[in-house]
Amino acid sequence: MRFITPRKLAKGRGAAGSGTEHHWYMTMSAVGLALIVPTFLYIFGSTLGGTREEVLATFSHPAVAILTGLVLFVGLEHFRKGAIMMIEDYWRGSTRKVLIMSVTVLTYGATATGLFALAKIAI
Amino acid sequence: MVQLTLPRNSRITTGKTWPKPEGAANLRKFSIYRWTPDDDDNPRMDTYFVDMDDCGPMVLDALIKIKTDIDPTLAFRRSCREGICGSCAMNIDGINTLACIYGMDEIKGDVKIYPLPHMPVVRDLIPDLTHWYAQHASIKPWLQTETNPPQREWKQSIEDREKLDGLYECVMCACCSTACPSYWWNADRFLGPATLLHAYRWIIDSRDEATGERLDDLEDPFKLYRCHTIMNCTKTCPKGLNPAKAIAEIKKMMVDRMV
Repeated sequence: MRFITPRKLAKGRGAAGSGTEHHWYMTMSAVGLALIVPTFLYIFGSTLGGTREEVLATFSHPAVAILTGLVLFVGLEHFRKGAIMMIEDYWRGSTRKVLIMSVTVLTYGATATGLFALAKIAI
Repeated sequence: MVQLTLPRNSRITTGKTWPKPEGAANLRKFSIYRWTPDDDDNPRMDTYFVDMDDCGPMVLDALIKIKTDIDPTLAFRRSCREGICGSCAMNIDGINTLACIYGMDEIKGDVKIYPLPHMPVVRDLIPDLTHWYAQHASIKPWLQTETNPPQREWKQSIEDREKLDGLYECVMCACCSTACPSYWWNADRFLGPATLLHAYRWIIDSRDEATGERLDDLEDPFKLYRCHTIMNCTKTCPKGLNPAKAIAEIKKMMVDRMV
């Protein structure tokens, strides 16, 4: 049995002093993604059924390459922060920490792979 | 992981069906959650029948009638019976509300009554609100000033006073917090809608001089930002208040002082 007052339990270890930056980033990236994802999907859709050369030509265009890079980077960063928020909601203790590390590794891995592939096409 | 199923000793069983009152023509069936710490039995749902021709219109009227005429062991909190004290908050027909201002004509079919969800139960319809009250106390719900107190009173303009409308009316019934899934899963760290509404009430008060400190205390991924704008709080508030908006206003103030 722990003889801890309800007030001490409620106050816990105090405020972490963070959270607003995460909230602001998610808000801003959501607005940004709402603009660039439809544009990217339109371009991606227009390449479907094309030859390999046509697809490479489309994605090697500087504007399309930058847009694709932004979708990859901002989208996966948005996913990473959102997934961490979800993990924090439902998991506790060591499982929470392992899952957060896994999502981070997975997201950074996917971002690096995507950007590398894009660079090979575009440059 | 959060617990998505009830522990074995919390699973609800079928309880006693109490006899119907003799000679009553207009009967209403009530299914009420019962649990007592005095024995090791699981919670159960007892069934009662109330003569509606001999009962007031609100759910609390029926509960008082059941306690008075049928089963005096039924336990529930009540006091003002007019929606001011917040004592009789419970889950009626799937909605967290105040039994004293919830009319039985608003319910179709049998009346099902449970204690406020996801809280420890003291007995029957009485939830343990100790932690919830401690969270409310932790936001220091009183006027904080550094300036020497004035001779007569802290003055406030009519416009600034109006900013407290929709906030000061909260009767602290806990309906909103116990309707919030984020509070269900993380009540140990998330303050919940009721406490945050009260926090905003003091943050926005023109007379309070601890605005920065109050915001500092809420700058936390769990205390404030566990709110995902689910809006159950606003939907269920029996006083028609909007805790979700108050939380959104706090978030806006947080961003405004950062960007």
